[in-house]
Amino acid sequence: MSERSERTTSRYTEFYPELYRSPISIFWWLERRSYLLFVLRELSSLFVAWSVVYLLLFINAVRQGDAQYREFLDWAASPWLLVLNLVSLVFVTFHAVTWFNLTPQAMAVRLRGRRVPRSWIAGSAYLGWIVVSAFVAWLLVGA
Amino acid sequence: MADRITLQVTRYRPEQEAEPSVQEYEVPLHKDWAVLDGLNHVKDHLDGTLSYRWSCRMGICGSCGMTVNGEPKLTCATFLSDYAPGPVRVEPLRNFPVIRDLVVEITDFMTKLVKVKPWIVREEEKPLSDGEYLQTPAEMDEYKQFSMCINCMLCYSACPVYGLDPQFIGPAAIALAQRYNLDSRDEGSADRLDVLSEHEGVWACTFVGECTRACPKDVDPAGAIQRYKVTAAMESVKSFLMPRGDR
Repeated sequence: MSERSERTTSRYTEFYPELYRSPISIFWWLERRSYLLFVLRELSSLFVAWSVVYLLLFINAVRQGDAQYREFLDWAASPWLLVLNLVSLVFVTFHAVTWFNLTPQAMAVRLRGRRVPRSWIAGSAYLGWIVVSAFVAWLLVGA
Repeated sequence: MADRITLQVTRYRPEQEAEPSVQEYEVPLHKDWAVLDGLNHVKDHLDGTLSYRWSCRMGICGSCGMTVNGEPKLTCATFLSDYAPGPVRVEPLRNFPVIRDLVVEITDFMTKLVKVKPWIVREEEKPLSDGEYLQTPAEMDEYKQFSMCINCMLCYSACPVYGLDPQFIGPAAIALAQRYNLDSRDEGSADRLDVLSEHEGVWACTFVGECTRACPKDVDPAGAIQRYKVTAAMESVKSFLMPRGDR
């Protein structure tokens, strides 16, 4: 009894060992590049949400008439908003690219009994992106 | 190439220390020696008190998973020469409680594995006289990749979601559920849906993808989970639209 009580640091129990559970640091996401990229991808959702809000504000301004639209443009030209939108663009692009690259992993597409190659699935997502972007560019510049 | 390499091995002896410590051993560096061979050399010649799990030495039994230089690895398939000149850090698998030295407690995984019924479930067994359940090569291809899982738990060790939320059923259990769900002979997918579609089932996964990178057998558990999310979502839409329909 005395021998056992002396060993105050002991974590051994007679019939079952005391398990050691290593604590997880709150900075676990800095321990690996892939964890960091994952956390950045999750964070990018906030910027995607902001892009949607910005687009809705823009549409609302257009709907309300010329004066409101000009006011929106002035507001949109303010330096802090430019910086925010630039950062958002980077994150939204990151969001799109990372998710497009993950699509083939989440989808097993079969065509005439054969598994469609992974590059085709990601490729079609990129193709769709390019087509839509080209259409928007045409709306802005061409039409 | 130097002829020796240092292993920095995590020791944890609960009868004498409250926290793990590191012990260094110098072992011969042969071109064909895996980390496990180094540990066996320690056990046989330098320090018989070192504890770790191993069995087949050929990447099949899934016993010798450890953390090597920060990465979850099968130590039988991880060569010392790739880490020359060393030192090589050998730690127990992360995200599991440690029993002793490099041995982790795996009851959590074992109970989760059984929950997904990783065996062929039949509503009614055919009599033996009817012969075997036949399957075409194409039907086998559907699940073959997921059947390669050896339950080594490297994916659990790599998964930050499991680390932070131990309730998560985890990558291998879901991949093995898919192995049977996609098997043409199986009829148990409805049973597995209840476990997999829980919050701690597939929906806890945030698609970090580390399980797939850690997997030594190219099972792609992350892919299995995302594909099952689609299935689970379709099932819940179906049960919403046809509440009294047959699932």
